Amino acid sequence: MSAAESVLRVRDLDVRIPTPRGELHAVRGVNFDLRPGEVLGLVGESGSGKSVTLRALLGLHRKPVRVTGEVTYGGHNLVGMPERKLRDVRGAQISMIFQEPMTALNPVLTIGEQIRENLREHRGVTGRAALARATELLDLVGIPSAATRLADYPHQFSGGMRQRAMIAIALASEPRVLLADEPTTALDVTIQDQILRLLLRLREQLGMSVVLVTHDLGVVAQTCDRVAVMYAGRLVETAGVTDLFRQPRHAYTLGLLRSLPDAGAHRRPLRPITGSPPDLRDAPRGCAFFPRCAFGTDACLGAEPPLVPLSGERATACVHHAQLPAVGEVLV
Amino acid sequence: MTTTAPTTTGVPRARSRRRVKPTLALGLVLLVPFVLAALAPRLLAPYSPTDFDYSAILQAPSAKHPFGTDNFGRDVLSRVIHGTRVDMQIAVFTTLFPFVFGSLLGALTGFVGRWADAVVGRVADLVVVFPFLVLVIAIVAVLGPGLTNMYIAVSAVGWVAYWRLVRGEVVAHKQTEYAQAARVLGFSPTRVLLRHILPNAITPAIVYLMTDMSLGILLGASLGYLGLGAQPPTPEWGVMVADGKNFMVTAWWISGFPGLALTLAGVTFSLIGDGLADALRPRS
Amino acid sequence: MTAVEGDALLDVRGLTKTFPAPQGLVDRWRGKPRKVVRALTDVDLTVRRGETLGIVGESGCGKSTLARCLVRLYPADRGSVRYAGEDVLSLGGDELRRYHRRVQMIFQDPFSSLNPRMTVGQVLREVLTVHRLRPREGMDARVTELLSLVGLPAEAAGRLPHEFSGGQRQRIGIARALALEPECIVADELVSALDVSVQAQVVNLLLELQEKLGLTVLFVAHDLRLVRHLSHRVAVMYLGRVVEVAPTNVLFERPAHPYTRALLAAAPHLDPAHRVDAPALSGELPSPLDVPSGCPFRTRCPHAFDRCVTERPELLDVGAGQQVACHLFDPAASAGGR
Repeated sequence: MSAAESVLRVRDLDVRIPTPRGELHAVRGVNFDLRPGEVLGLVGESGSGKSVTLRALLGLHRKPVRVTGEVTYGGHNLVGMPERKLRDVRGAQISMIFQEPMTALNPVLTIGEQIRENLREHRGVTGRAALARATELLDLVGIPSAATRLADYPHQFSGGMRQRAMIAIALASEPRVLLADEPTTALDVTIQDQILRLLLRLREQLGMSVVLVTHDLGVVAQTCDRVAVMYAGRLVETAGVTDLFRQPRHAYTLGLLRSLPDAGAHRRPLRPITGSPPDLRDAPRGCAFFPRCAFGTDACLGAEPPLVPLSGERATACVHHAQLPAVGEVLV
Repeated sequence: MTTTAPTTTGVPRARSRRRVKPTLALGLVLLVPFVLAALAPRLLAPYSPTDFDYSAILQAPSAKHPFGTDNFGRDVLSRVIHGTRVDMQIAVFTTLFPFVFGSLLGALTGFVGRWADAVVGRVADLVVVFPFLVLVIAIVAVLGPGLTNMYIAVSAVGWVAYWRLVRGEVVAHKQTEYAQAARVLGFSPTRVLLRHILPNAITPAIVYLMTDMSLGILLGASLGYLGLGAQPPTPEWGVMVADGKNFMVTAWWISGFPGLALTLAGVTFSLIGDGLADALRPRS
Repeated sequence: MTAVEGDALLDVRGLTKTFPAPQGLVDRWRGKPRKVVRALTDVDLTVRRGETLGIVGESGCGKSTLARCLVRLYPADRGSVRYAGEDVLSLGGDELRRYHRRVQMIFQDPFSSLNPRMTVGQVLREVLTVHRLRPREGMDARVTELLSLVGLPAEAAGRLPHEFSGGQRQRIGIARALALEPECIVADELVSALDVSVQAQVVNLLLELQEKLGLTVLFVAHDLRLVRHLSHRVAVMYLGRVVEVAPTNVLFERPAHPYTRALLAAAPHLDPAHRVDAPALSGELPSPLDVPSGCPFRTRCPHAFDRCVTERPELLDVGAGQQVACHLFDPAASAGGR
């Protein structure tokens, strides 16, 4: 992947969060590129650092959280950029949507006001033109009778509608990149289905790139073009979505896929990953997944295995990637 | 079948001992002299708190009289020390009855709900319509001045705050899954309330109790100042502050030192309340 | 215990539950009729001895309310619940306590379902003491036994809930329910708060215990993949009604009700090659404060016709153990828009 064609280039991203019981090294040396028009899935379980990474991309972490590394957008490094300059990028060229639209939307402003605010701040559009554009945006995200609903407050919207409204606000600035943090986790499955399709359609229509943070492998399979799997603050595998589901190249990814129920094995025991993730206050030695891994050997101990490129567009941090069985094969 | 991996369930981390918060520690240290003075004023006070000494009137603080003397030649230090017992008693009695009564009522009405809750709620509304102090003074005025009547008056008014706090918490905790689980486990309502809900719901009331104690001392002092609380010659800080008001410019120590004791006691209880809030909160 | 397939253990008939919606003082004085949330409307359902019955649906469908009505956490407005022939809704005092020994519930939230001030040992001992299940001497041994049953070490007894991970807390919740040696477990979103890899651990535990103890399980969940894996039969709910009940393989292979079909289609498939552009279902869920007349699903149903507005479809047998509440499947009338 050539860095020249990427919209967003992330190198050596590190996030350290001080806690009463020691420093939490939440993100440890993350590298990836976001290509124009792609949906990149950032997948992992709770505590894997996926949301922390997403927030770091936009400089949303405040002191005493420490962020180091490079997040290159339009030739500038966003990490350590002064707030004032950052604001030209944040919300303007890179927008973000959240899991809980009710808390992410301002309850005392109408949806229309919130869209128009964004239009004025980032596009310099005001007055009639802003009103027309706001209606257009609500219509674009599939809210019926958009013109009248502009005057509604967030609490007058249902959960799914709120998420649509939040997307409309995020799109007002015509961003090139949309960061989505578990945008459908709080929604019902039929509404989740609608929102995911909407995101894909908008990506198509507007030519945006999307980073989608999720823990749901089904959502990944249905929406992402490429996937980056996170474990214990690191990327452990990146791959095209089809390749990833056909043949994982990291023992953790394999473990995740295998732990899901299989349609053919009604009421048979599942294959869980044993144990629980490591405490990131105490940086693990060697591969962080080793204590839970079924394929681990002494080769996994030593230095933490780096993410190395494989054939095609894949990369893995698994020492034993070549020995991993397919998802369906039964472990002896 | 042994599909359940025992490794997951390995022994959790050793229990980490909760550190005593500095605020709580400081509060408890400050409380020590108050407790000692309340328990054994005779041992600590250099002079009698009530004996007049016309040879030593309005003396400024000195080695002989560290807090000076008042207009009757009484040693202010001795009076402050002897006043501690009365004021600590006020702190406890003006809050304990409202706390116990208000909390129990709150637990009950919050748990039962329906008409009991509605009735007590209206009564509480009626009480809070009047300014706190005005209502207390009115009741004392009817019953007659003195400490006992003051306690009755404060209890009649003060329970509302505890009722509200505990009732709200009980209503909230009633909805938690562990309270529901207790019901499904076939526990009696009494057990669910007393063993499961109340210990979790009472915390804010206990914390408020500590703050209320400092307010109680100030209230006792205010009523003493107005002549409705402790009666002279009982050494009580509020009465002492009042007695010294005519000498504020010439002999500031008569009001100044009891006032300082009042402030310090207030700070002490606030610190303890603050520390308790931290200590009582269950970790999750 | 004779675990005969088809033997009804829990029999629910016409169960209805409403909650009054909050109303302002002004509206109350004006005498405005108080709105009600229709959580359950005429629910009919049978749980057979020894089976796992999955209950699925989206928010507001009433699945959690149903679970809570069955264990008598909520009083029902109308209808009947029979457990092994006994009328559950009229039980009181000691009878209710005996019922709770037979039917237990496991809760969703691993963080709030345990009293934060009681150690695991205290939690289990309290259950044993209240129900007089063990003499004092046998208590510790039983606590250890219960803990090992759910895969926890004996030392866990001395610890407080906050010292455990989410998955371990769900195990404690299971041990607490099992202390009563129940026949039937109502599990409300047992694993939905857990990470995928931990979910599998707890699901395995449930399967293992069911096998070992012959439990009947009511598995309430929104995760279709898990419900499919665990359940013998599945009931689909929508806005307070059961719209379809069928054996698991029938339901997932030949879903009948238009809502079931949409629900299955909307669940994200794990195969990236299996992508569809259009959403399975358009429109929002109506509010349970304002349930549509006739069929509750008609406002979103692609097949709705006149009769769906005026007449509520009853749950009817369509063969192979499948029951559907949809006019399209009513043989008595020639359906219009199939």
